[in-house]
Order: sequence, then C-alpha cells, then structure tokens
Amino acid sequence: MITTKDLTKVYRSGDRQVTALDGVDLHVREGEVYGVVGTSGAGKSTLIRCVNMLERPSSGTVTVDGLDLTALAGNEHRAGRELREARRRIGMVFQHFNLLSSRTVQENVELPLEITGLDRHARRRKAAELLELVGLADKARSYPGQLSGGQKQRVGIARALAGDPKVLLSDEATSALDPETTRSVLRLLRDLNQQLGLTVLLITHEMDVIKSVCDSAALMRGGRVVESGTLTDLLADERSELARELFPLSEFGTGRPDGTVLEITFQGDTSGQPFVSQLARTYQIDVNILGAAVETIGGRMVGRMRVELSGSHQDNVVPIGYLREQGLQVDVLNGPNGLNGPNSLDGLTATNGAVA
Amino acid sequence: MTWDDMQPLLWTATQETFQMVGIATLVTLLLGLPLGVLLVLTDQGGPLRNRPVNKVVGAIVNVGRSLPFVILLVALIPFTRWVVGTTIGWQAATVPLAVGAIPFFARLVESAVRGVDRGLVEAIHAMGGSTWAVVRKALLPEALPALVSALTTTVIALVGYSAMAGTVGGGGLGNLAITYGYMRFETNFMIVIVIELILLVAVVQLLGDFAVRRLSHRGTSAGLLSRLRRA
Ligand SMILES: Nc1ncnc2c1ncn2[C@@H]1O[C@H](COP(=O)(O)OP(=O)(O)OP(=O)(O)O)[C@@H](O)[C@H]1O
Ligand SMILES: [Mg+2]
Repeated sequence: MITTKDLTKVYRSGDRQVTALDGVDLHVREGEVYGVVGTSGAGKSTLIRCVNMLERPSSGTVTVDGLDLTALAGNEHRAGRELREARRRIGMVFQHFNLLSSRTVQENVELPLEITGLDRHARRRKAAELLELVGLADKARSYPGQLSGGQKQRVGIARALAGDPKVLLSDEATSALDPETTRSVLRLLRDLNQQLGLTVLLITHEMDVIKSVCDSAALMRGGRVVESGTLTDLLADERSELARELFPLSEFGTGRPDGTVLEITFQGDTSGQPFVSQLARTYQIDVNILGAAVETIGGRMVGRMRVELSGSHQDNVVPIGYLREQGLQVDVLNGPNGLNGPNSLDGLTATNGAVA
Repeated sequence: MTWDDMQPLLWTATQETFQMVGIATLVTLLLGLPLGVLLVLTDQGGPLRNRPVNKVVGAIVNVGRSLPFVILLVALIPFTRWVVGTTIGWQAATVPLAVGAIPFFARLVESAVRGVDRGLVEAIHAMGGSTWAVVRKALLPEALPALVSALTTTVIALVGYSAMAGTVGGGGLGNLAITYGYMRFETNFMIVIVIELILLVAVVQLLGDFAVRRLSHRGTSAGLLSRLRRA
C-alpha cells in the first residue's frame, strides 16, 4: 500500500547539510498498522512527511496505492493539482491536532470536503457520520478550545477520514496525551483499521504504542531503517532489537549449573497449550520454572518462559525437540559447556526461527 | 458663536470626515489586506516563497510607513488630481489617507497572519488544499480577531490623519477646527470639535474591541469562561 524505495532526504542550510533519510525502503501492506519507532532525530517525521510529499525527498520514490507520488508536480510548499488530489486520499493526523480554533468540531471535519468541493448537504451528512464513528456526535457544535486533548485528536482523526482515505498517516498522534487517553485513541485507530480496512502508518517513540496496535514495525536510527518486519517475525528473531524492546527479558533466574535452561517463546495459538505439564508427563522429567511473562502484542498473546530441565543439554535433546514440534520457539541458554549469556546462544537456536 | 450656529457646520464636517475615513478604510482594506497576506506567503517558509517579490513589497511598505503624512499630502498632489480630478475637499483627502494607511495596515495584517499556527497551514496542505485554500480556510479565519483589531487601529489612525488633512484644505472636522476654531478664535467651537473627535475615536475603539471579543468567543478562554459561569 505504501512503498518507499531508496528514499533519501538531505536538508541543506548554508554549507551545512543533514541527511535525515538515508536510503529508506519501507513496505506497508494493505490493511495493516505499521509503526515506526526510533530515537529523536532518527528521521521518523521526515519519513512520514515524505509519504504525502509535505517534504520532497531528495531521491528515491514513494508509491501510495499504486501511484508514484514522487512523479507528481509540485514542491513541499506548493503542490500541483494531481498531487493535491492524491493527498485527499491520504489522511493525516498530527501530534498537536492542528484543528482550526475558529471552526466548530463539525466544521473542522467538513473542511477537507469543502476543499474537495462537496456540497453543503453531503458535507453535513458525512461529518455527522464521522463524528458518530469517533464517538463525538454530541460535540459537533463545540469549538476545539472546549475539548480535551483526546477529544481533539478524535476530531483530528474524523477530519483525516473525511475523504475516505485508504491510508492514514499519524505522526506522534498520541504523544501529547496521557496514558489513558492514549490507549483509547489507539483503540480507535485499531478499530478503524479493522472496520474500514484502513492502512495505518504511525510514528511513535513509545514501544507501548507499537505493542498495542501494530502488526508490523520498523526501527529507525540515523535516517536508516535498521530493522523491520511483522511483530510475529520480529519476536521470533532472538537477535531483534525491537523484540527485545517489546518484550524485555526480565531478570529471570539462571538455574543450577548442572541443569539445562531453556527460554520458550510462544505466540498466538500455542499459548493455550499446557506444554509444561505435557513435557513433565510425557518425558517424566522435572521442570523448574525460573520466570515467565505474558503480554498482548499487536492483539496477539505472546509469552516467554524460562525453565530449567534437570540433566545436561544432551539428556534433553528429545524433550526440546518435542517442544519445537509444538510450534514453540526454544532457545537453549546454557549448552553442554555451561552457562552462556542470553545473547550468545548456541548453534541450535539459529535454526529454530523456521520452526516457530 | 451659538450652538445653533455650530450645529449645521458640525453636521456637514462630520459627514465629510465619515466619508473620507470610510472610503479610505475601504480602499485600505481592499489593498492592504492582500499586501499583508502576500508578505507572509512570499516570505521564506511561506507557500509562495519568493525572495525578490518579498523584498520589493517589503521595501515599498517600509518607505510608505516611514513617510510623514504631511509630506505624503503634498507629494501626492499630482496623483490625487489624476485620481479624483481635484486637490481640495474631502474627496481629494481620501487619496493620501488611503495611500498612507495601506502600508500601515499591511504590516499589521502581516503580523496578524504570521500569528497563525504553521501546523494549520500544513494540515490544509495535507488534506490537498491549494495556497488559496490555505489563505481562505486557515490564515484569514484564524487571524480574524487580530485582523479586526488591526483594522480598528487603522481606522483610528485614519481619523487622526483626516483631521490633519482637513487643516490643509481637506474638508471635514479638521478643516472646521482650523477655519473657525483657529483662524476666527472660536475657542468654544474648537473645544466642541475636539470633543467630537475624541468621542469618535472612543466609539471606534469600543466597537472594534467588542467585535474582537465576539470573534474570539470560540477559543479556549471563552470555553473556560462559559464553563466557569455554568459551574
Ligand atoms: N526543516 C529541516 N531543516 C533542517 N534539518 C531538519 C529539518 N527537519 C528535520 N531536520 C533534521 O533531520 C533529522 C531528522 O528529523 P526528524 O524530525 O525526522 O526526526 P524524528 O525522528 O521525527 O525526531 P523526533 O522523535 O524528535 O520527532 C534531524 O537531525 C533534524 O535536525
Ligand atoms: Mg518527529
């Protein structure tokens, strides 16, 4: 739905130049919620602004719904007609809402439709419908100055949806909101994504946002995407920085030196299985649970558990194989040669991504 | 001089002042507003960024603002004759009045429009709006209270200038003050005229403030106020 190819953006001011984007390839599939995280100055805002050409990329292409926007005339300050029409099919919500204080909530939502040239009657109807959708039907006649932050952002979202876009861009839409309001706005985005099949590209610096609404994520650093993929794939990859951020390994116990310590990650369907008791029953071995955590990430249940099996790695090859057959991702933390750090995993784990 | 003598003279002069100021205001609004908006749009960071245009317009406005009005009155005589066909009377005075007020108002418009959040401009762009949509849907409506306030200041300045224009044959209250109050030593009449001018300015200011308050009644403060009142 949104594809960027080798996107670069260099800002020049005098003889200084800043490379804000450095060869970004992003692929957002239709109907997914895609989150981009990264530290301040990583280029996240620049990236999302390049998607609707509020910022002209220095090189590379941006394709939205099959249309190459980089080929359309205009610059960031003044867009040609075709680009303006393309933008009408891309909704955008902003960190500071950017609502017109001189207009009522309803008039704010009608604004994009006025620009499109829709007649008054149709505008009214559409705005009422959208306000209903975001749960603000009773605020239609209020002014933005009379609303809370969360309500303002709902108006912002309703306005962004006025042109029936297939794509919604969101730059830190919840960063000005408190945690409770953030959750409700994110839930709204998720609902819209599911009800309307809306593709959402969102920028955030909060891992929680990714965790609660995204299907896929990308990590940016220094103008580059250093990691990207679906959350499922990322979590299955033990080298993934994002996965580690999403699901931090807490200070679990490390077990006795003569045992075998396993880290088991389970997602979705597999989380319902009572694999610990099955393991103990089937193989007649003692399973000592060192720690466990379960979280819902992107609407899927993900759990991680550290267990210790009695006996060496060699003794436990069969039970480990059994667990992998159940669709679990199993990392062996201490091989036959004793305890290793959680990040220097032994050879067996390299292949388990395919199994999980 | 009795009140009965003064009254008809005052009435005619007041009408002339109103006409002078009214027409000058209209022309100022018509030309000063676009000029002020143009200054913002062509500035760097504006949607029509254009350095040469911005510099030239800015320079003209600056020169216009720094010229003393009396100089303008005299310097514009040929232009005035060309526009209205005469160089005396209130009709002639409207020309230098408007010419003097346009740059003044344009600068005020510029700063009013500059006060509009850039995020709104970006929002209009993101929803596919043109530069014209930016001006019409965001810049002007959002700056409206500040623009009305700018207009009030301009009208008051025009009332003052119109009195000055009156002293050099421009008609209106200023002319009356010179011809009767000063040259014929009618001190009482002079006082009456001065009081009328003061009242005129006060009324304009009051109306302007009222309009500004009404227009900004939709912002945060109004919301807060009405909520407090309800509580
Ligand atoms: N208009 C500009 N002119 C010059 N440099 C810019 C401009 N906009 C952004 N930059 C630079 O580009 C880099 C990326 O900025 P960007 O705003 O995309 O970061 P970000 O990831 O959104 O950060 P944050 O989380 O703080 O919003 C920064 O180094 C910034 O200083
Ligand atoms: Mg940013």
